[in-house]
Amino acid sequence: MSEIEVLLAEVELLFLGREYPKGADYSRDRLRAAFAKNKDVHDPEKIKELISRGEFVVKELEALYYLRKYRALKKRYYETE
Amino acid sequence: MHRSSEVKHVASYLNTRGCECFGQPCESHCPVLTDRTIHVQLKTFIKIRVKPDRTGVVTDGVKHSMNPFCEIAVEEAIKLKEKKLVKEVVAVSCGPQQVQETIRTALAMGADRGIHVEVSGKDYETLGPLQVSKIFAALAKKEQADLIILGKQAIDDDCNQTGQMTAALLDWPQGTFASEMTLEADKLKVVREVDGGLETIKIKLPAVVTADLRLNTPRYATLPNIMKAKKKKIANVKPADLGVDVCSRLEVLKVDEPPQRQAGVKVETVDDLVGKLKEAGRV
Repeated sequence: MSEIEVLLAEVELLFLGREYPKGADYSRDRLRAAFAKNKDVHDPEKIKELISRGEFVVKELEALYYLRKYRALKKRYYETE
Repeated sequence: MHRSSEVKHVASYLNTRGCECFGQPCESHCPVLTDRTIHVQLKTFIKIRVKPDRTGVVTDGVKHSMNPFCEIAVEEAIKLKEKKLVKEVVAVSCGPQQVQETIRTALAMGADRGIHVEVSGKDYETLGPLQVSKIFAALAKKEQADLIILGKQAIDDDCNQTGQMTAALLDWPQGTFASEMTLEADKLKVVREVDGGLETIKIKLPAVVTADLRLNTPRYATLPNIMKAKKKKIANVKPADLGVDVCSRLEVLKVDEPPQRQAGVKVETVDDLVGKLKEAGRV
């Protein structure tokens, strides 16, 4: 059960990481390293914790992308004082 | 919660002409392009180049995505649906096969179904606001839409015409540069961002609204939603089916890169500076 959740979390982060400013490869490598590091964790509590940390990262990335876009548009189309 | 039984459809029209070179240093600054062509993994640094024959910009291999203002428009439509003020959100895009990707993004954000108006090749290169608004007008009548929401302008051509033209062709009222919109019975209250500040207007439905930057914060299409969106339908239509002629009345004469930045000149004293400015005829 939790294996599927972990897999979904990983894939979601992978997709989101594609637009990372430092490059898709950078984010993919970091993601792989992070997931490999926690490969041997079996305690369900710890797994839940790690998954929720993954969800937090997802939200952070979404906010990053939104801000980047908003600021780019604001700079281009609206007069800055 | 006030329910409107009048509003049947909210057609949210997408423009695929947006380039995501945000934040990536583009050597020749370009708030432009894209549209059509092959969907390729976005490289870290994308340089936009003018085509050698100067008729346009190189779009091969450049990633295309939804126009940011149109993302805001889609978000607004979905918000209305979530508030149960509208029954159905239809996402529409005009272009070649690749635009289906953009329609899928809209479906993943929450639209109910999509319509892909197929325009490809030479027709697509010359597709402009006039043709697009004709297509939208025809579709709006066919689908019996009550509200059309689109982005205020496309970031590749910066025309800011499609919304206005669509409203004119349909003879519908328009609320452009909307930074806020509220549905009240069969009227729409729109707060518009104008040069002098904010203007609040009330327009009757059916109407056309164009979204400005501060209308809302578009949601991200999460992976589970993208998966769900694969089941939603995207209908295929040709402009000829709608009785629209996509022939362009414009001819692009020339496309130039912005001028290269000239190297600066260092001066030692204020007198030197004044001297140099006088030389350049600026003082």
